[in-house]
Order: sequence, then structure tokens, then C-alpha cells
Amino acid sequence: MPELLRMEGIEKTFPGVKALSGVNLVLESGELHALIGENGAGKSTLMKILAGVYRKDAGEIFVNGNKIDELDPDLSLKLGISIIYQEFNLFSDLTVAENIFIRREPKNKSLKFVIDYKQQKKKTQEVLDILNLKIKPDQKVSDLSVAEQQMVEIAKALSMKSQILVMDEPTAALTESEITELFKVIKGLKASGVGIIYISHRLEELNEICDRVTILRDGKYIKTVNFEDVTMNGLISSMVGRSLDNKFPKKHDLKIDTSKVLLKINKIQRGKKLDVENLSLYKGEILGIYGLMGSGRTELARAIFGADRVDKFDVNIFGQDMKVKSPFDAIKYGLGYLTEDRKKDGLALELSVEYNINLPSLDRTTSYGVINDKKTNENTTKYIKDLKIKTPSIHQIAKNLSGGNQQKVVIGKWLCKESKIIIFDEPTRGIDVGAKFEVYELMIRLAQQGIGVIMISSELPEVIGISDRVIIMREGKLSGELKGSDLTEEKILSYAIM
Amino acid sequence: MSELILKAKKHNYNMKNILKDFGILLGLLVMGTVFSILSEHFLTIDNILTIALQTSVIGILAIAETYVIITSGIDLSVGSILAVAGVVTGKLMVSGVSITLSIMAGIAVGAICGLTTGLVVSRLNVAPFIATLGMMSIGRGVAYVITGAMPVSGLPEKFFFIGGGSIGIIPIPMLEMFVLAIIFGFILKKTRFGRYVYCLGSNEEAAVLSGINVRNTKVWVYVISGSLAAFAGVMMASRLVSAQSTAGTGYELDAIAAAIIGGASPTGGSGKITETIIGAFIIGTLRNGLNLVNVNAFWQQIAIGVVIIFAVYADNLRRKKGVAIN
Repeated sequence: MPELLRMEGIEKTFPGVKALSGVNLVLESGELHALIGENGAGKSTLMKILAGVYRKDAGEIFVNGNKIDELDPDLSLKLGISIIYQEFNLFSDLTVAENIFIRREPKNKSLKFVIDYKQQKKKTQEVLDILNLKIKPDQKVSDLSVAEQQMVEIAKALSMKSQILVMDEPTAALTESEITELFKVIKGLKASGVGIIYISHRLEELNEICDRVTILRDGKYIKTVNFEDVTMNGLISSMVGRSLDNKFPKKHDLKIDTSKVLLKINKIQRGKKLDVENLSLYKGEILGIYGLMGSGRTELARAIFGADRVDKFDVNIFGQDMKVKSPFDAIKYGLGYLTEDRKKDGLALELSVEYNINLPSLDRTTSYGVINDKKTNENTTKYIKDLKIKTPSIHQIAKNLSGGNQQKVVIGKWLCKESKIIIFDEPTRGIDVGAKFEVYELMIRLAQQGIGVIMISSELPEVIGISDRVIIMREGKLSGELKGSDLTEEKILSYAIM
Repeated sequence: MSELILKAKKHNYNMKNILKDFGILLGLLVMGTVFSILSEHFLTIDNILTIALQTSVIGILAIAETYVIITSGIDLSVGSILAVAGVVTGKLMVSGVSITLSIMAGIAVGAICGLTTGLVVSRLNVAPFIATLGMMSIGRGVAYVITGAMPVSGLPEKFFFIGGGSIGIIPIPMLEMFVLAIIFGFILKKTRFGRYVYCLGSNEEAAVLSGINVRNTKVWVYVISGSLAAFAGVMMASRLVSAQSTAGTGYELDAIAAAIIGGASPTGGSGKITETIIGAFIIGTLRNGLNLVNVNAFWQQIAIGVVIIFAVYADNLRRKKGVAIN
């Protein structure tokens, strides 16, 4: 079978992190080639290089045997490479036809700047027919279901005569029957010679359609195998299997008192997307929650914190039945929540460290509504010292601090509020190694002091290095619980995937 | 790595802010100097007092806009509320209600308009631009309906003091503006509520997740805006000793301009009353100066537009600098 694509020795470095080193990928005509690896393994970086969005630092790319030097988005499309992103790249207010022919609209023969809508509709119908789709060219994309929108993306790739199709988590939002339809289409595409690079965590699905698999781990190329030659467990083993360095503080024997339940979730449920039962947080432990993207971890945290509405909420906190309508209530019960994206919803970036740290605690530092500057300044200084936050002044605006220090400010916010249970959602995301270590030490210290610590993370080493017990989530439900010697990357990942 | 970044910032946060305040003040002084050169009438006591008088109404409206703009909203209805309040106060006084009670009623009307806008914005999730655009129309209409489009005259003489009186040579309206600026400046800077306003504007989602009642804060901000606009309306009706339903038409633009020149960013989270007042004086001086130099009103309009664009551009540059150092 002719080779459509060959990527050899691809290297890519971002400030502070080596995203890809020595990665190879070969795609043949008519094959479905799965690209697998954990979150952060380098899959999307590799695909973005293919799409021309990022520039490779080293390595070679051949398309149809021709070496390509400089790749940019336009050239990538011209070479027949189409990427279908997880979030889709469609304009919801435009029609199917308009989306498929965006920037390539057939023009009127005499008036070159006028779109020939009749031609556009005809050509759209042709490609929809090839895929056997019931969608009409004039339908607005916003009226289509997620599965139908995905089909529009595929139709777009087909109409551009793309030979290389990349699909990123295509089945994440589909129902069983929609997945069956998708696979029919995929088989048709394969038969016509299109090569598909398929990124997915759902290894069981690959049984039906996959020819070969390439595995990445921490930006490194592990291997490429024929799918029929491997087992699920074999794949998972290849995805993990790194040694844990001394990146984590030593945990002294924490006295975990299972008789002291700080938080007990009996049931939290929202539709079919979130359904968590029987989860407890004990005094003295660090409870890790692991899951892949879309597994519902942040949704669970937000539900506990009252940030999102749920259908069923039966939770006990410190023995009390919890009633929350908003984060204000959750905070009153003693909860704190360090969000996943501090820039988006953790910090007021244009305001000072002092403002940010004191924000939920202002009732303690005001009298008759007027702020007592002495108290707020004292608070700020205390936590800057305790957390070793590097800032020239308590009035420095948060935007100007480094990532690690920004994260410490958010932590300081909840310490200042004297929260009794803190949910840390991806606490070390985007911060340097030194700050990471300090955050780990802090979490251990808090747990020792009897403060409830829940850590949500998608970094396996971190989850294993810090947690006493790990809960794994999958598709909105709890899929497993591990502790002690069972706490291995393979076991955790297998609960997350299967 | 972080230490290097922090060492690179030679200027303390405080220095930067002082420079900004200074920058706007400098702009005002430069403008004043230019006009005093262009016209011999500019730098007279009479003229300065005229500027002060004319600036007081815009100044009070600009305080209102500052609050709203900090929350990344906007209030287009202040001009209309000004009219409604003046008209209500006027009509009440003419029908025998005491001056004090009439004024209180007028301000209450402004507060109610603000409350309505605030509820529409926070509960119905209508964008502030649209909600206040609607209120602007409604308010103006209400003023016309109440007065039958005729000015309300026959107001009691004592009423004149509020908008037209003076203590010595200092016009009362200017004192009123400064007092309100001090009060509302204090609230913004030193109270819990003031901080909630800044946080809501800077990052609404983070404010919610920190337990702030964002919806209620938004409502209060519009109530404040409406009440201040109403006060300005009472002041204006007093100065002219006549309440007119056409009063305040177009004033919202000058008020917004003043707040923006003063540094309130349309993206929310920043703005200071002191800077807003300087901004109001810049607009007032500009209008006055151009008048003295016989530039007609339409060119003044153009000039103000240019100044706003330039002020926001200069502010953008200043902000970008902060990021670049990082």
C-alpha cells in the first residue's frame, strides 16, 4: 500500500518542556492508524505540527513521498491533510454547504466575487451522497446533532479531496448507534484509499477499525505495532512504565482516621453525564481523583462546590447534611476550591495580591462594611510568608506574578478563609518544578493538620506520588479505587480507560 | 526565573499608578495652557467658575458611569434618568409638595430606574448595553409623558440654591460634585462592596467562585448609577429653575467619555473616581475652550471623539507594557 505520510524524528520544544523527541509516524493508504498515549504524551502537539499550526524544531515530513520543508495551515490543507478537532471547527450559524465550502466557494462565472450558490449546493449534495448522509445542504449547522456535525466535518475533508484525515477523540460525544454509523463511514473511507490517524482513549473501540497503533509517552516515541498483534494490557503497559524520580516529598506516616469522615458523597447526579455514589474523604488523607479528559472530575468538583446545578445532591459534610445553592453556601460549610484554570476563574488578574487573597474573607476584616486595611495587610503578609510567594509588594497585580506564585496566591486565598476542606483541581498545572514541590509539601502539611485535601489530577506520577488513596473516574462515574501497593500507573490507567 | 522577572520591574505598582494620575492631570494642565494662550478670556475667574459649573453635572454622571464600567457594563440611560428625576421633582414641587420631599422622590425615581435596569441585567441576563439602551428610551418617554413635552416652570425660588447657588465664589454644584466624588470614591476604595465591584468586573467567574453574590452586586451598581443620575437631574432643574423633559440629552456620552479618559477600562476591573473627575474636567475644559475660540459645537463633538479614542489607545499601550515585562 502506498505511503501517504511519513513523519521521522520529529522534535518540538516549548519554553520549559520538551513536547516531542524523536517521534515517528507512518500512515499508509487505506489504513486506520491509532495514535495513543496519556494526556500530555504529545499527540495533539504532533497533529498540530502536521496541521501546520506549530513548526517542528527538527525531523522530516514526507507527504506522498515528497519532502515538505515549511508547513503552514494553508499548505497542509493543499497537501490533502484534514484535521477534525474534538471541538469541531464549524460555523454554527452557517449552513452545511457554506461550512463545507468555506474559503473555497464556487464563484459565478462572470461576476468573480459573487458566490454561485447553486453550484455550491450541488457539489455539497454530491459529497453528502457519497457518505450516505441524510443531512441537507441548506440545514444550519446549529440545528444538527453532534454526530451530524461530525459528519459535516468529514464531508468537508472529503470535498477537499483529503487523503490524510486526522480524527481527535471522534467518539467522545456520540451514542452507540451513532458510533456504528461513524464506523461504517470510516470503513468506506478506508476502502477508497483515505488514510486516517485516529486519536482516542477508548481502546476497546479500536478492535473494529484499527490496523496499526503508534504509542507515545512523555513526548517520546515508544513503538508502532499491528493492532492484531497486541492486547489491551500490552497497550496500557506501553503507555505507562516510567520510573518515579524523587519529585515528590516523602510522606511521613499520616495517621489516616477512617472513623473521621470529613466529606461523604452519597449521591451526586446530573442527567447521564455525572453520577457519583459513595465517596468519602477521611481526616488526614490526601484523596486523589484521576481521570482522562471528559471523565467528569471538574464537573464533580464544581457540583460539590455549588457552582453548577445538579439533579440529585445528597452529601454530608462534617456530619451535617449539605444544602448548597451557590459557592457562597459551600464556602460557608468550609469548602475551598482551587480551580483548574486560575487565569479563567481563580484570580482577578488585574487586581492586587492583597485583593485576591482577602476576597472571600472580607467579612472578617470589615466593620460596618468598611475594610480594615491593617487586618487585610496582615493577612496578606502572613500568607506571602507562609507560602513563600515571591512578590515585590502586597499590592503587586496578580498578572505580573509567575505561574507558580499565582497558584500560591489562590491557595493563600483559601488558607486565609480557613477552609476545612480544599479541592485542588490540577494544582501544579503550568508551574515550574520548584513551585510544584512546594505545593506538594503544602498539601501534605494541610492533610497532617487535619484539613481535608482532595487532589484532582491527570498526571499519573503526581497522583501516585502524593495521594494516599486514588479514585478513578470514567464518563462521569467512579470506576475504581486504589491504594497502597495497588497504586500503580497501569492499574489506574486501566480503570480510567476500560 | 521568577526572581529575574520581578527584579526587572523597577517601578513599584504605586509608582505606576501615580504616574497615571499625573499623566491625566498633566494632560489637563497642558490643555488649559494651550487655551489660555489661544484666548484671553480663558483664564478669568468667571470662566473657571463656568467650567466648574458645567463640569459638575457631567462629573456626577461620570461617577455613575465609573461604577458601571468597572463591572464591564455601561449605562446609556443616565441622561434620560436625569430628565425624569428633574421632571418628577419639578411637578411635585409645583403641586405643593415640600422641596425636600420632592427631591427625595426624584432621587427615588432614579433609584427605581436603576433597580429595574439592574434586575434586567442580572436576572434576565440582558447585556447592559441593550438594557440601558431600552431604559434610555423608556426614561425619555416617561419624561415626555409626565410633562406633555412642556417645561415645568413655576418652581419655588428656594429651589435655585441647590443647582445655582454659591458659597462665596464657589458654586454649590461643584461642592456637591466633590462631596459625591469623595463619598463614592471612598465606597469603591475602602468598602467590601467596592472590592466586590472591582472583582466582579475583573473576573466575574472568579468572583462567583469566591462566594461573592455577583447578581446582587450588579443590581446595586445600577441603583447607584440611577440615583446619581437623578441627583444630577435635580441639580440641573434647580439651576435652570425649570424642569425640562429634554434635559440631559446626549449627556451619557460625555459622562462615559469622562470615565474612560479617566482610565476606566471597558473590559472591566479598573477605574478610579479621582481619575474620572479629572476626566470630567478634561471634557469640560475642552468644550469651554473650544467655545471661547469660536469652534462650533459640531467640531467640539469631533474633538471629544478623537480625545476618547486617543485616551483609550494610550491606556491600552500602558496595559500592554505591563504584560511585556512578564
